[in-house]
Amino acid sequence: MKYVDEFRDPVRAGVLLKEIEALTAQIMAGRDRPVVIMEVCGGHTHSIFRYGIEKMLPPEIEFAHGPGCPVCVLPMGRVDDCVELAMKPEVIFTTFGDAMRVPGSRLSLLGAKAEGADVRMVYSPLDALALARANPDREVVFFGLGFETTMPSTALTILQAQAEGIGNSSLFCNHITIIPTIKAILDSPDMGIDGFLGPGHVSMVIGTDPYDFIARDYHRPLVVAGFEPLDVLHSVWMVLRQMAEGRAEIENQYDRIVPRHGNEASLAAVTEVFELREFFEWRGLGSIDHSGVQIREAYAAWDAERKFAVASPSIPDPKACQCGEVLKGAIKPWQCKLFGRSCTPETPMGALMVSSEGACAAYYQYGGIDAVPEPAQ
Amino acid sequence: MNAVTPTGNGRLRAERVTLAHGGGGKAMRDLIEDVFTSVFEPDGLEDQARLSHEMLAVEGARLAFTTDSFVVQPLEFPGGDIGKIAVCGTVNDLTVGGAQPLWLSAAFIIEEGTEVALLRRVAAAMRRAADEAGVRIVTGDTKVVERGAADTLFVTTSGVGVIPAGRELAAEKVRAGDVALVNGVLGDHGAAILAARGDMAFEADIRSDCRPLNHLMEAVIEAAPGVRCARDATRGGLASALNEISQASAIGIEIDEARLPMRAEVKGVCELLGLDPLYLANEGALVLFVPEEQAEAALAAMRSTEAGRDAAIIGRAAEMRSPRVVMHSLFGGSRIVDMLVGEQLPRIC
Repeated sequence: MKYVDEFRDPVRAGVLLKEIEALTAQIMAGRDRPVVIMEVCGGHTHSIFRYGIEKMLPPEIEFAHGPGCPVCVLPMGRVDDCVELAMKPEVIFTTFGDAMRVPGSRLSLLGAKAEGADVRMVYSPLDALALARANPDREVVFFGLGFETTMPSTALTILQAQAEGIGNSSLFCNHITIIPTIKAILDSPDMGIDGFLGPGHVSMVIGTDPYDFIARDYHRPLVVAGFEPLDVLHSVWMVLRQMAEGRAEIENQYDRIVPRHGNEASLAAVTEVFELREFFEWRGLGSIDHSGVQIREAYAAWDAERKFAVASPSIPDPKACQCGEVLKGAIKPWQCKLFGRSCTPETPMGALMVSSEGACAAYYQYGGIDAVPEPAQ
Repeated sequence: MNAVTPTGNGRLRAERVTLAHGGGGKAMRDLIEDVFTSVFEPDGLEDQARLSHEMLAVEGARLAFTTDSFVVQPLEFPGGDIGKIAVCGTVNDLTVGGAQPLWLSAAFIIEEGTEVALLRRVAAAMRRAADEAGVRIVTGDTKVVERGAADTLFVTTSGVGVIPAGRELAAEKVRAGDVALVNGVLGDHGAAILAARGDMAFEADIRSDCRPLNHLMEAVIEAAPGVRCARDATRGGLASALNEISQASAIGIEIDEARLPMRAEVKGVCELLGLDPLYLANEGALVLFVPEEQAEAALAAMRSTEAGRDAAIIGRAAEMRSPRVVMHSLFGGSRIVDMLVGEQLPRIC
């Protein structure tokens, strides 16, 4: 298929793998521990497993699967809020599909739907706005979720609702922002990451400038990467080349999509509608300062949190969950005591088993044959 | 095979079904006879079908019996409708077990307010599909329920067929080295339904692959009598069908992504929505395993039929320490293809 097959060409992959092997040998000559590269974005995690990239690389290269799966890092208390909102008889609760299965403390949205809540899967926040137009006597709440990738479309939807004077639509804002989270990971004492694959779609919106501190202050290379398998291999090669040459810089492999300064129109819409929250809770990572956004006062009429006085209880993950350690690259998914035993995609205990972009779910679904333990008898 | 599909007797004048059509009186009789039985069996039908068949008299022949309910939305879509699926689905369930399908029952749960014209189109599609498969719809039932108690129309079909003496298809019979084949392109039905629902802002020229597979299967068995087993790759797609076989036979299965027949349009839809085509539903696709030495004969037999024009060898059964389905990707890597947990949901970004 045009524009897809070109980025999955096994011959080109072979050439890159040869060069990666040479660079790895060069780097390993001076060190006794593996090279750990964190792919920040869940989309990369998905590609790495779907195409079996980890197994193609030299064994000295390891991936740490980062926090960039917005479904996975959503705290349980916020899912409970969603269920509470959805259960209100006047509400039509709209959400992206993969948020339907995330477990709350009692129910997921799928469970709430089965108990009678009007939960509908949409593909864009504009679909939610169309539902609001068609159902003027109902309140249509959209579950806004995701990093800077999805922020512009929800911001524009609120601006559109304002322009049309649609008063029965609102946003339950759970958007999060990636930079403070990368910083929190870099600051954690058990951090063992040598370099980063930067998120492609987020960077399409924010550009590459916001990553400069990673090279400047933490001396780690970051390469903004595309999502096709050749993109991932090429980006790994670029990180390794920096390491071999003793550089730590921000480079852009995905320059066919990502402009250095980001997308101005998108950023303007985001800035117009949203402001930083003081802090936001991440599942597995805890509370991180300035890592979430909320709707500005001027758009309060479209803010579900203000309209419905949402409680947002803080509910800790099960004690045995080690999602945080996995997210920071301190342990591998299968080293968690729950992995594949009490925590599976059917009955996820921790965040990372929830979405197909979560590291644990990806290992479980696509991982090596030896990664998944035999089920307990 | 009938060239012309019989039409009704013209007694039902109503444009929409009301609760009166479920009341047991004349209105109900008109609905049943005009819309359904005069299309299925113009010579008349009683509540109970009494049938005889010479195949049943053969020593060693076995009766095969299956049932399936159909709740698809939208009811009509490019390449088929709920009626066509209800016939093909049950015919194919019998087929992959090695049976030659003979008779079907059809039960309809109809929501009050449903257009009679829709029911007529559905019944006609069922008759056409039955003719294509060479089966008869010999008994049935209708119920009308209040508005909101059903989503327009639900159809349940049961099917009876005969497995000829000596024929034994079973997933447990698959052995290492056996070759896996599919009869055609994968994912068309699932992608066509997604596009036809219209809640996604894309249009794609994809038609459901809904079709009966019994003639294809008979051709394969004649050419490759050693066929071990077959599965129709309906809900859960090829991935689920292969996993069922792997589990039943406790043997690993390796497939090659490069060999999977798939339309560019279907691949494109999957790329856009973050779906995996291996899990998309099919209504006219089956996967079967044959001993290696009969693989080419089976492939040629498939390709000689209309439903098997795009048939392909996609992989083989293999000894594995822990039996799973593994796909070698075009890119050179490999990964496990597991069963889906629930429904496949589009990803956020």
